[in-house]
Amino acid sequence: MSKATIVVGEVSADGVNKATLECVSEAKRAGADSIDVVLFGKGAKEAASGAGSAGASAIHYVEEASYSLAQRAATVHELVAAKSPGLVLLAGTTHGKELAGVLAGKLKAAFASECIEVRFGDDGQPRALRPIFAGKVRARVKLNGATSVATLRPNAVPISTDGGDAPVSDLALSGAADGVKLTDSSAKAASSNEVELSEAAIVVAGGRGLKGPENFHLIDELAAPLKAAVGASRMVVDAGWKEHRYQVGQTGRVVTPDLYVAVGISGAIQHLVGMQNSGCIVAINNDPGAPIFKVADYGIVEDLFEATPKLTAKLGG
Amino acid sequence: MKIIACVRQTPDTETVVKIAGDGKSTETDGVKYIIGPYDEYALEAAVQIKGETSGSVTAISMGPSRCTEALRSSLAKGADAAVHINTDGAESDDALVVAAALAAQIQKMGEFDVVFTSTKGSDSDRGAVGAILAEQLGVPYLGLVTDIKVDGGQLTCQRDIEGGTTETFSVSTPVVICGEKGVRGEPRYPSLMQIMKAKKKKIESVDFASLGIDASLAKLEIESLELPPERPPGRIIEGDSIDAKLDELVRLLKEEAKVI
Repeated sequence: MSKATIVVGEVSADGVNKATLECVSEAKRAGADSIDVVLFGKGAKEAASGAGSAGASAIHYVEEASYSLAQRAATVHELVAAKSPGLVLLAGTTHGKELAGVLAGKLKAAFASECIEVRFGDDGQPRALRPIFAGKVRARVKLNGATSVATLRPNAVPISTDGGDAPVSDLALSGAADGVKLTDSSAKAASSNEVELSEAAIVVAGGRGLKGPENFHLIDELAAPLKAAVGASRMVVDAGWKEHRYQVGQTGRVVTPDLYVAVGISGAIQHLVGMQNSGCIVAINNDPGAPIFKVADYGIVEDLFEATPKLTAKLGG
Repeated sequence: MKIIACVRQTPDTETVVKIAGDGKSTETDGVKYIIGPYDEYALEAAVQIKGETSGSVTAISMGPSRCTEALRSSLAKGADAAVHINTDGAESDDALVVAAALAAQIQKMGEFDVVFTSTKGSDSDRGAVGAILAEQLGVPYLGLVTDIKVDGGQLTCQRDIEGGTTETFSVSTPVVICGEKGVRGEPRYPSLMQIMKAKKKKIESVDFASLGIDASLAKLEIESLELPPERPPGRIIEGDSIDAKLDELVRLLKEEAKVI
């Protein structure tokens, strides 16, 4: 079976997306014979060469007028027919997940999502490690068939930088737009300085211990000197203090930052499954019996209203 | 609008998950099954949109006989009809097999406007079936939708993508839509009256074998299951004062954990 791999990714104003570079790096670690990277997004042509250092063998940028899942899927499907890869790997972002699913449908391919590791086996078939039951268990899966599809959870693997230059060429967008038409794409006003939660190296999250939305600034203020993303527990989101996209937990995001600071979060299992694989966990809570202290590497049993601003000050915020 | 809502049972989220003796499955003894928590949001969206378009909702579930509980619950919450694809003895959780079976059944049910699926099963954490189903049915797909507005025969859907951007789509039917948690708010609790009425409704039962799905479609194979690595025990930072504790924390984060 072929170990040729196609990585499908995106670019942003900052260049090739971190999650895409992670996929290229993982494909290399997986033992791919060749890695063709397809890049979508505004500015793909300008940013394309950036995928070389992570290990791309060839880079193809696609110019599109507007986001169309149908057209992206048709474009990648054609490239798959031309290259017959053993694996198509995408980042587990919103766009990546739906494109991966549609491709798996078109190819009737094995599809492993939210993987934290991908490797080609000696028999040439890809294998992956993926969390199930909200991370309580992990499954080692084998993807059978000529071409498989997988998505890689963002921030789960390191980015390689020992690749070199790779040839860059343009790839024409295929297919036709369908009944799902993008009519607007706008950044939320507050978010231009926001660190993306799923990619952040540091996350500061607030829970019900904050007592009200008017106190959430304590979280923002602690996040600032750490250049951290802000997260929230389910209680905070259900209470309407923060929007769902900030939610960390079983029915929110699963994050794996190097440092996770849980402020006023008790640590219910549904929250833990969203952050328990963080590199280092700090908890600030005035209840010594709070379950969060069982997973925290460092615990501060103090009133968060005193501790959080003091910690912010000590960090230079 | 004629709406179909896909629901599935998953183990209760409080379940202590144990790896079974074969090393590649989880123990099912004593496990309590519930309608998938994410599916509840998709069903709620289906029922609300039915109301806004004077339409109908058919809930469909594939699985063993206990699935009828999830379908009863769906009827109580506003589904007008329910179909059970009974897999008793032939359970398959493979996304390609499930999507093929759902597609085969849905195609027998005539034209539809929207098929709602949820973001993922709380056990498999996959989120695969919706998109694959859309391909099988030959209709467009839109994933992870956080807001849906109805305007005549058109739907306007929104979702957030990474980086804080909100995308808005104008969506024509037929379509498969995957609804995020809270897409149409929290799922309703049915009244006792609705629960009683639901008990009297007929759930159509379809034998999985009758759909003629080729079992060799299944391509994802679980080779083994393992527990995540255990975290070494952490510690509560002691100190004479809150400042002393925090100074120690900053020191540890810099020197020991090396994360700042």
